[in-house]
This record gives sequence, C-alpha cells and structure tokens, in this order.
Amino acid sequence: MNDVAIELAGVHKEFLAHGERVQAVRPTDLSVRQGEFFSLLGPSGCGKTTTMRMIAGFEEPTGGTVYLDGRDVTGVSPNKRDVNMVFQSYALFPHLNTYQNVAFGLERRKVARDEIRRRVGEIMEIVSLGGMDKRSPREMSGGQQQRVALARALVNRPRALLLDEPLGALDLKLRQQMQIELKRIQREVGITFVYVTHDQGEALTMSDRIAVMEAGRIDQLGSPREIYERPATRFVAGFIGTSNLLDGPVDGVEDGVAVLRYGDGDRVLVAVPESVKPGGALEVSVRPEKIDLSRDEPTGTTGSVLSGVVTDVVYHGTSTNYTVRTAAGPDLVVFDQNAYSAEDLAGPGDRVFLTWSAQHSYPIGVS
Amino acid sequence: MLRRRLAPYLLVLPGGLWLLLFFVVPMVTMLSLSLQEGDVVTGYVFTGHWQTYADAIVNYRTQLVRSLAYGAVTTLILIVLAFPVAYWIAFYAGRRKATYLFLLLLPFFVSFVLRTISWRQILTDDGMVLGPLKHLGLLSSSAHILGTPAAVIGGLAYNFLPFMVLPIYVALERIDPRVVEAARDLYADPATAFRKVIFPLALPGVFAGVLMTFVPASSDYVNSAVLGSSSTTMIGQVIQSQYLTSSNYPTASALSFTLMAVLLIGVFAYARALGTEDVMKVAAR
Repeated sequence: MNDVAIELAGVHKEFLAHGERVQAVRPTDLSVRQGEFFSLLGPSGCGKTTTMRMIAGFEEPTGGTVYLDGRDVTGVSPNKRDVNMVFQSYALFPHLNTYQNVAFGLERRKVARDEIRRRVGEIMEIVSLGGMDKRSPREMSGGQQQRVALARALVNRPRALLLDEPLGALDLKLRQQMQIELKRIQREVGITFVYVTHDQGEALTMSDRIAVMEAGRIDQLGSPREIYERPATRFVAGFIGTSNLLDGPVDGVEDGVAVLRYGDGDRVLVAVPESVKPGGALEVSVRPEKIDLSRDEPTGTTGSVLSGVVTDVVYHGTSTNYTVRTAAGPDLVVFDQNAYSAEDLAGPGDRVFLTWSAQHSYPIGVS
Repeated sequence: MLRRRLAPYLLVLPGGLWLLLFFVVPMVTMLSLSLQEGDVVTGYVFTGHWQTYADAIVNYRTQLVRSLAYGAVTTLILIVLAFPVAYWIAFYAGRRKATYLFLLLLPFFVSFVLRTISWRQILTDDGMVLGPLKHLGLLSSSAHILGTPAAVIGGLAYNFLPFMVLPIYVALERIDPRVVEAARDLYADPATAFRKVIFPLALPGVFAGVLMTFVPASSDYVNSAVLGSSSTTMIGQVIQSQYLTSSNYPTASALSFTLMAVLLIGVFAYARALGTEDVMKVAAR
C-alpha cells in the first residue's frame, strides 16, 4: 500500500475569473509511486502548475482529496505538508546567504545545530555547491541558484519534491546538463520527484512516468515510451514530438487489424480494439521516423503502403525530413536517418512510396 | 575627443548649479549669519563670534532634547502604525492599490497647517471628542488633550504618516510572493514567515521611512505651536521666533546649524548601527 507517495482522488479546482467560473483542473485521479520521477506535461494553462500547487498546499481544491503517504492532507497548510517545492523563479531568500537559505527548513523544524551543519554540507556536495556557503544568491549564476533551490528543498528529505519548471530560466546547454544532473540527484537521494514542465523533450528524457495534461485534464498517463509510441489522443500525438495523423474509412478488420484504403494499392494497416468495426471512420497516428521512403515500388510488403509526391526536403544533419503529399489526407512528414544515405533519397516532385509496418500505426481516440 | 572628455562634466552642470544655487548659497549665507553680531536697527557685522553657538545650546537645550525625543517617539509610533497599512495595501489591495495610495496622499491637497488647526478643533476641551465623554461623566471635566506632549506627538504622527507608509509599501511591494510561499513551504507558519522573511526584506523601507519622518518631525514647529503649550515647545518654534519675533538672526542660524549637525550625526550613527551595507544590499537586489 505504502508505495504510493501522492494520491489525488477526484481533485478539481475552479477559479473565478472576470465573474466566470473557470475549470483550471477537472476532476482528476492520480497516484504517484514512491521514488518515482513523475512529470506533469502540458502547454501553459493546462492546469499542471495548479495541480502541483494543490499537492504543495498553496491552492485548495474545490473538491476531491489529496493524500500524502496515505494521509488526507486536504486543507492542511503548506508548512505542515511533508513535501517541498522548487520554484520556477527559484524564490531564494535574497537576504540570506546560501547556507542560511538551505538551512531554513531544518531550522524551522528545530533540528539540532550540528545536525543542520552536517546535512547542509552533505546536500551542498550532492548539488556540487561545496564551499559556496557564504555566497549571496545575487552573486550566483542562474544554474547555481537553481542548485541552491534544489538543495534547500532536498535537505529536508521530504516525502516528495515538487519542481515547477525548474529549468525554464536556463539556457539550452545548461538545461540539458541540469536534466542529467537532476536525474542523477533523484537516483542518489531516492526521493519522489513530481516535475512540472511544458518541455516534452525534458519530460521524455527524465521521467519514469508522464501525465500529459490538456485543458485541465489528464489526456494520457504512461511511460515516456508508451506516450510517444502510442499517443492516446490527437492532442498527445501532436504535443509530443511530431506526428502524422491520417484518417479514413475502415475498409475491413481482420484478426484485430483494420485496413484503411485510399484506392489503387494505397492502404494503412493498424491494430485496433474490438470496438472498431468496418464502415466507420478512424484516425491513425504514425511517427515520422517509423516510415520508410523509397522511389521504388515496394513488392510483397504486408504493412502500410502509401504513394505520394515529395513537396519539400529539409536537411537536419542527423536526419533528412521529407514532406510527402498522399491521398491519405494532410501531408505526411518522414524523417530519414542519415546513417546510411549520403544523399537525399528523393527530391521535390519525385514520386515516392511510403511503407511502415502495422505495429507502428496507432488508432487515436478509440478504446 | 575633448568633447567626450568634457561630457561627464557638462552632464553634471545642471544638477551642480541647482545644488549650488539652492543648497550651498543659503547654507553659506546662514553660516555667515550665525557668526555675525549686532541688531536689526544697526545691522549685523561678521565677527566670527562662535560664542553664539555655546549660548544658544545652553539656553535652548531643553527644547533641543525635547524635539529629538518627540521625533523619536513619533517615529516609533509611525513604524507601528504604518507597517500594517503598507502591508495591507501591498498584499491585499489587489487592483485597487493605486486608489488606496491616492487616498493616503489625499490630505496633502489641504495645507498641513490647516489640517493641524482642524485637529485642534476636534481635540479642544469641549470639542466633539472630549465634550460628549465629559458629558457622560466618562472623563473628569478638567481632562484635556491639547497642550500635552501627547497632542503634539499625535499631530506629528498624523502629519508624517504617509512618509512612513510609502517607503515601507515600496519595499513590501517588491517582495516576490513566491519567496513568501517558499518560506511557508519550508515549514514556516505565517508568523514565522513574516518574522524571518517579510520583515527583513521590508527593512530597507523602514530605514528610509525613519529618515523621512524622524528628521522633519524633530525640526517641526507647527504641531507644537498649534496643538501644544509652552511646556511642549520644540526647537523649530524657538528658531522661528528668534528669526521672526526677536529678529535675533545669529542665534536662530546657530540653532539651525546645531539642529542640522545633531540630526546628521544621529542619522549616520543610526545607519552605522543598523549596518546600512546589509540594508542597502537588500535594497539593491
């Protein structure tokens, strides 16, 4: 039972904005496991930060219950919750030096002075800030302030650490470095991390599980691989990476595989649940790197085949991206890894064939 | 090249001239006046007579000390009164901040002498405050407020309240609400968050407010004249009467200089004691 660190049961939040009730977070059930790196991913205004603030205690849910370690903490003030937060702006205490900042929580908890000194020293080593005790936050770089904010929260050994877009203010290089660092620190201290971000790359690389949020609700919850490979909704397909969305009538279903036909040998195969019957329309997502592009007509393939005309070719270094117009709706994007090809597979105007195996198509919005 | 080198000096010129005209010239004039001897009829002659200072300080030390004491008490009262006002406007006034700040400054549209006189009407022995209370037998018929130190200090506090509220408000306004949330997140209850985070961050404002109220309150001459009595006479009144009634310009000038010197020394000592460096560091964030 106790491997659930945080649980939300039917938690929702309404705001009153300009006299109108706005559903910031729709009724949500969620459980975060002990020691897990859990991300809340979504565009701004999707309710991810509000959800986190309800866990921290800075917002009270309009309804529902928040459990920490199985204990109902709904209505408990933030200082009495055993979670700590890393703020996007770091929110370091400007009048205190690094040591005093990090020691703040322990002092409030009346930890013995020696113990505080030992634990602060220890955590400062973990976040690679040894010897910076006397520095004022203002004298530190963004990356260092970030580490202080992290240390200030981690030193208390909370049940869970809540991070609100902590890397948002850093430049790209430093951000990537900190991503690795964060993951290392999380493994080292073994504390549950709840990570709020709008950066899908960040969420994919660091998380054990991701909840993708949109318009106040969780669209999909799963491992990075599940979310990337099998997006449950149109929104998830579009928000995480690049996705091709095809739609068409189901021509037939055989052994749980539906076939969408666009005439003349063009077909898309997709594994579907039993609820999908021939005759209905179906939406299918295919990731661009799963598609093979060739100028030669495929023979004997059992997967999806679409013919089309290349409209655009963009060289990206590690891959070349082709845009292809087909009969299956909007233009398809194909990423071809430049591992073997020394030159473009095709140029604009060329007639090409796209193939991919049935396992790489996923139906959207069916269950 | 030359122009480039001259540029900083040219830029300083307007401000420098302003200071020279409105600060240095009057100061030098006053200093010279304090060292002159004579009377209005025969005229004053510069004699370098420093004895005037010694005499003035000895004769009026009671008023000098009293003024500093009134100024200090007023300042303390103002900190206690102004902090909650500034705090409320900064954190709870929402979109109406500007309105409340305007209301705070609204009394300035009426001359402060007039406003002080109206307080005299309000507090007079049988006025709207004391009259009914005496009538109901809650106060003895001899009770009075006017003429007491309390009336003068009350008047000072009333008149200088905005000068304490505004700098504290500015300091509080600049506090990132996330920093306060961080304190709450790190197990500080609301009172501790105030004591450990909000108040220290508001200190530069309190510091500025003290300067802006203690100095003018100590040298004020209107409140005591209007609300006080001969037992509350402040040094400002003495200087005023030496100038305008007795036409004893040297003594008035000497007292002005003495007051200025005492206040400057006091301010520097205060800045030193509070560790301006820390205060300024926080202010400069």
